[in-house]
Amino acid sequence: MSVTQSVGSGTINAVAYVGRLAKITAGAGRAVFVEPFRGGKVRYGASMHQAMAVGVEALPIISLISFFVGLILALQGAYELRKLGALQIVAGAVAISMSRELGPLMTAIVVIGRSGSAFAAEIGTMKVNEEIDALETMALEPVHFLVAPKFLAMILMMPCLTTWSDFMGVLGGSLFGVTNAGFTLGTYMQATLDNLHTRDIMTGLIKSVMFAVVITAVGCSEGFSTGLGSEQVGRSTTSAVVNSIFMVIMVDLIFTAIFYFTAGQ
Amino acid sequence: MTTSLTPPKGPTGTTAPPAKPGPAAISVRDLRVKYGDREILHGISFDIPEGETQVILGGSGSGKSTLLRTLVGLERPSSGEIWIQGKNFAAMTEEERNEIRKKMGMSFQGGALFGSMTVGENVSLPLREHTQLDQSTIEIVVRLKLDQVGLSGFENYMPAQLSGGMKKRAAIARALSMDPSILFFDEPSAGLDPIVAAGLDELILKLKKAFRMTIVVVTHELASAFLIADRMILIDKGYIVANGTTAELQASTHPRVRQFLDRVPEPEISEEMDYLQMLTGETPPIRR
Repeated sequence: MSVTQSVGSGTINAVAYVGRLAKITAGAGRAVFVEPFRGGKVRYGASMHQAMAVGVEALPIISLISFFVGLILALQGAYELRKLGALQIVAGAVAISMSRELGPLMTAIVVIGRSGSAFAAEIGTMKVNEEIDALETMALEPVHFLVAPKFLAMILMMPCLTTWSDFMGVLGGSLFGVTNAGFTLGTYMQATLDNLHTRDIMTGLIKSVMFAVVITAVGCSEGFSTGLGSEQVGRSTTSAVVNSIFMVIMVDLIFTAIFYFTAGQ
Repeated sequence: MTTSLTPPKGPTGTTAPPAKPGPAAISVRDLRVKYGDREILHGISFDIPEGETQVILGGSGSGKSTLLRTLVGLERPSSGEIWIQGKNFAAMTEEERNEIRKKMGMSFQGGALFGSMTVGENVSLPLREHTQLDQSTIEIVVRLKLDQVGLSGFENYMPAQLSGGMKKRAAIARALSMDPSILFFDEPSAGLDPIVAAGLDELILKLKKAFRMTIVVVTHELASAFLIADRMILIDKGYIVANGTTAELQASTHPRVRQFLDRVPEPEISEEMDYLQMLTGETPPIRR
């Protein structure tokens, strides 16, 4: 196969993949936002169950990771800032970095590992066991039945987790601020609030919703594309994690660029 | 005799008359199914009369499972017609197909019970999703359906706690939950010991007698097939080679039918030389 053919088929595959993600997202979005107004049922019980698994059960690990990331940010920032005698800036630097970028990103990475992979494994196992076929023969739309509750749970829980991650990151930064930069906990928090704008928080929250959509679509899509045999479930799970991380970074880049160029001077 | 066996050579399905919805529960006309460029079913046609048990026989890779998947709407045919209850199932939109599917039940080879739900939740799922019945009525229906398949009291068991035969019975209870007029079975006896398999055959016969359902069974288990079938189709390489009553099939002299019913292996596999040649790529010494 020539280079041109490889590039061509790669491009077609990539476009087809994004098309599959868009189709799943559209199906889940319709089930959550449109069908209830047309008399359709939303599986709120299943959504609640998913919200617990995706959100509440992820809180300890996200808290820990975000706390450490905030602390690392403070240490790395202080390394340069102390040369300039500007250690006070560390509170604002940590807060803005966490809320605009690292809060949503670290939350997404953890959720991909915990939930994106679980979506692919769950749906993949159902595919192998003919449970997806069983749903269709019972006149139940698999995207509506399986993806919609995950989609609803994710778009609700990701912003919540991200907000919590931002807070824990700031708390991690405050550990350095209080012990090494002459802040008290109160003055550190005040410095954080003084430097943080609503736009910074909203930027992160919008990203987190987009990440939720991407992680759900990729995880479920990989589950649905599972081939025959149990080893294929492992392949789908791996693909879900790798592709989700890649797609989240891409979406992050796109939205960061949009926010940068629309921020004004 | 309403249906004659096909001549020994050539596919028969392609010669059937054009589509016309009749009294049959299912009428298939010139059905072709492709996976990519590979055609699996080559224009087959047959009727399944209402209230009868139709067994679809065939070896591995013959296309019988593809036929079943197409009949229940899991595969889209590349051409042809499937008339169910006077409507062309093959040409419907997904929403229209779902309306027909609510009147069908399907029991999968491995049961396909939802592992995260109890047996009772599995059986009640179609009722909860498609009807406005209240919870207490649904519970009564679930108990009734489980009782019909001999699983009374297993509502709260998880599928993982059931044996293979019990899983299949639970799957049948789920398939029965919407009181279907057509019931499909994919390899009901596969992977079961003879006693449990005989129990399932008996259950299929009871269901037919009690509810006068049209039952379609895909299997390659001959003993089971001859016990439950009113009519049989033998599929080979995507063509129907025989279509008739069980007596007609048993009396058939068609070489492919005889080979299947008499369990004669394929010649190229039975000849030791060819087999070894296939493995080693060289001619082995002839045994004396």
